[in-house]
Amino acid sequence: MMATVSDQQRKRIHPHKFSLWVGMASILMMFAGFTSAYIVKRNDGNNWLEFTLPPVFWYSTVVILLSSLTIFLATKAFKDRNMARYRVLITITAALGVLFTVLQWTGFEYLQNHGVKLIGSNSNPAGSFLGVITGVHMLHVLGGVVVLIVLFARAYNSRKKNYSTVPIEVASTYWHFVDAIWIYLFIFFNIVSA
Amino acid sequence: MSNEQIVHTGTSHGTIHGADDHGHGAHHHHETFITKYIFSQDHKMIAKQFLITGMTWAVLGGLMSVLFRIQLAYPDQNFPILETLLGHWAKGGHITAEAYYALVTIHGTVMVFFVLTAGLSGTFSNFLIPLQVGARDMASPFMNMLSYWFFFTSALIMLSSLFVETGPFSGGWTAYPPLSALGSASPGSKTGMDLWLISMALFVVSQLLGGLNYIATILNMRTKGMSMTRLPLTIWAFFFTAVLGVLSFPVLLSGFILLIFDRNFGTSFYLSDIFVNGIGALPNEGGSPILYQHLFWFLGHPEVYIIILPGMGMVSEILSTNSRKPIFGYMAMIGSLFAIAILSFLVWAHHMFVSGLNPFLGSFFVLLTLLIAVPSAIKVFNWLTTLWRGNIRFTPAMLYSIGFVSMFISGGLTGIWLGNSALDIHLHDTYFIIAHFHLVMGVAGIFGMYAGIYHWYPKMFGRYMNNTLAYIHFWVTFAGAYLIFWPMHYEGLAGMPRRYYDYTNWESFKMFAGLNVFISIVAIIVFAVQLLFLFNFFYSMYKGRKVASQNPWGSTTLEWTTPINPGHGNWVGEIPEVHRWAYDYGKDGKDFIAQTTPVGAGETVNH
Ligand code: HEM
Ligand SMILES: [Cu+2]
Repeated sequence: MMATVSDQQRKRIHPHKFSLWVGMASILMMFAGFTSAYIVKRNDGNNWLEFTLPPVFWYSTVVILLSSLTIFLATKAFKDRNMARYRVLITITAALGVLFTVLQWTGFEYLQNHGVKLIGSNSNPAGSFLGVITGVHMLHVLGGVVVLIVLFARAYNSRKKNYSTVPIEVASTYWHFVDAIWIYLFIFFNIVSA
Repeated sequence: MSNEQIVHTGTSHGTIHGADDHGHGAHHHHETFITKYIFSQDHKMIAKQFLITGMTWAVLGGLMSVLFRIQLAYPDQNFPILETLLGHWAKGGHITAEAYYALVTIHGTVMVFFVLTAGLSGTFSNFLIPLQVGARDMASPFMNMLSYWFFFTSALIMLSSLFVETGPFSGGWTAYPPLSALGSASPGSKTGMDLWLISMALFVVSQLLGGLNYIATILNMRTKGMSMTRLPLTIWAFFFTAVLGVLSFPVLLSGFILLIFDRNFGTSFYLSDIFVNGIGALPNEGGSPILYQHLFWFLGHPEVYIIILPGMGMVSEILSTNSRKPIFGYMAMIGSLFAIAILSFLVWAHHMFVSGLNPFLGSFFVLLTLLIAVPSAIKVFNWLTTLWRGNIRFTPAMLYSIGFVSMFISGGLTGIWLGNSALDIHLHDTYFIIAHFHLVMGVAGIFGMYAGIYHWYPKMFGRYMNNTLAYIHFWVTFAGAYLIFWPMHYEGLAGMPRRYYDYTNWESFKMFAGLNVFISIVAIIVFAVQLLFLFNFFYSMYKGRKVASQNPWGSTTLEWTTPINPGHGNWVGEIPEVHRWAYDYGKDGKDFIAQTTPVGAGETVNH
């Protein structure tokens, strides 16, 4: 009977990459939930505070776009086995990620100083939404920074030579993804508060 | 009836290694008690962990319903035993109002999430996906293990909330604000609600980890020859279940995050114009509790399908196997699952017709809601036509599958009433709703679970459950379920609202006093019969009749080509190749042809 065949199972796409895509769909739904809630709340017109976005968000947008470029170059360097360049580039990427969150934070302070309370008593949902949504996004960026730190440590561990490009590819896809989420949020906030 | 009377065609035995072979799997490694039973990464053990945890919660949740049914039947009597059991929650043998609401809330929460979500899809997705697609384990066994332990922790935290001084959360399983957002709103809104939120957040993480794995395994790890259209319908159902979960639970999480901010950081997403007795007016302005309802029901409606789809898949499989006929309309079954999955994201506002939703908007949701009846009806017709003129074997699993179809029809028909906003304005928040969703989701869901347990028990434990006990269990539960929930339709039509502690002050509902006693007594009997099931389940694990052949039900699917007690890795030697769909029953005069059998020379080809 010839019912048995080789153990080879078909893996069209690397399982980690695939899981990442499903995970990203999940994260996307969460932000879709947040922004739809924002629209629903804003449209009911009840006590909605109008305010302008902190100008520093423009800088943070540039920073995160730059970081997407650096991680793209880092992946390329890894594939060329140019490890020194690779390490420098992921360090820069991680630093830009941290810088991004710091800039977002100064944006919060700017709002606070201009009379827009994000949380606490007498805060307005308009400000709170901005705080919570960008805050949750910042956590996702910081999660990416942690991943980069792990990759960085691995790149120094010379005992285990690792030629698999999967980890850096997964990390960079995720990084572009949180970048895109911010672009989406930034455009969204600009349109709805215009 | 002996389960061994099945004729084997002799065509499916390509991988048999002797009947009582204990599989040693390809990845045989030495396992300690801890790695084998506790932090196991074997999908079959994880499935059993989900099952046992789910069953534990089913007992707790069922017990809660018995307690609050006692209150509804005898609102003016005292039962000293209740005080012994519940202490100050039943002072003088009479359940307090606070305790009643807590019981109802936790009953709903754990039945929906812990029993019918984790216990059902957690168990059977884990158990059946690798076995039926022909994989050694899940795409990521480690994440799979994490999924269980997140669930376990979540369940433990929910359990702990039963013991805090102010009691568990008591604002209903949907946790609407302001009761869920303000600690000062009620005792249950304090620590109990904090624990509820933490527990549910962990539960969402568990579902995402699990769902991700199920999807990855189904799409990437199928054995050679197992094209998507050769998959058993169980796998299709688990696939859509996982997709629904992965896309809707994050939205619930976003709702919870906003709720956490309202509770703990003074924001006003859901709060506005509130006056609390003893505290005065709250500063919160501008929020909207309706917002929470949108976020909750955007998950909440897909969630009810997350509960029912696994049952649908397993029932399709069991009905076909035990009618010895191919499933009727295989592609239509997949198509209707797909349609249900899509539509379930577009109907959530039918839970909010009476919330102040714009009636114009509401009419769109009426239309979309009624559309769901189409794929639902397709499924029902296909099940009935599968049974039609079949060579039916009334195994306990088969009875539960037929029971599932019966419950789904009875409860689904009232869904069509409720989907019309004009009727729903009258019926919303009455006992009619309780009747609707218990039949269509609660009882049908648990029937799907029982069907699955009875059918795959031999694969899980290498033994059979006792049939006599199983038949008693089925008939009492089946009759009981109708006796409990059917009369509730009449109560609801008469306008009797749900979620009340005591109806005796209402002149109009006095006529239901006797009916309520009746319902409660049946509920207690049905609960007792579930204990019989538990006994059967655990007793058979050690003392049940041993399974003597690899394929006791004469099934076509891959799980029955593994050794009777498969080890980690499932197949000894290589994974079998698949040559046909899963439903070749009664084809070309053969009783069944296993999926592993190559298509013969003059055979009529359909897949
Ligand atoms: C023909 C298909 C169905 C239609 C048209 C339908 C319609 C509805 C409507 C309009 C409501 C809201 C009633 C109200 O609160 O006023 C409702 C409640 C509910 N339905 Fe269905 N339904 C259908 C099938 C199902 C199925 C298959 C399930 C579960 C598997 C389900 C589970 C529920 C639950 C759990 C609730 C109540 C939730 C609560 O308020 O606590 N329904 N249904
Ligand atoms: Cu619904």
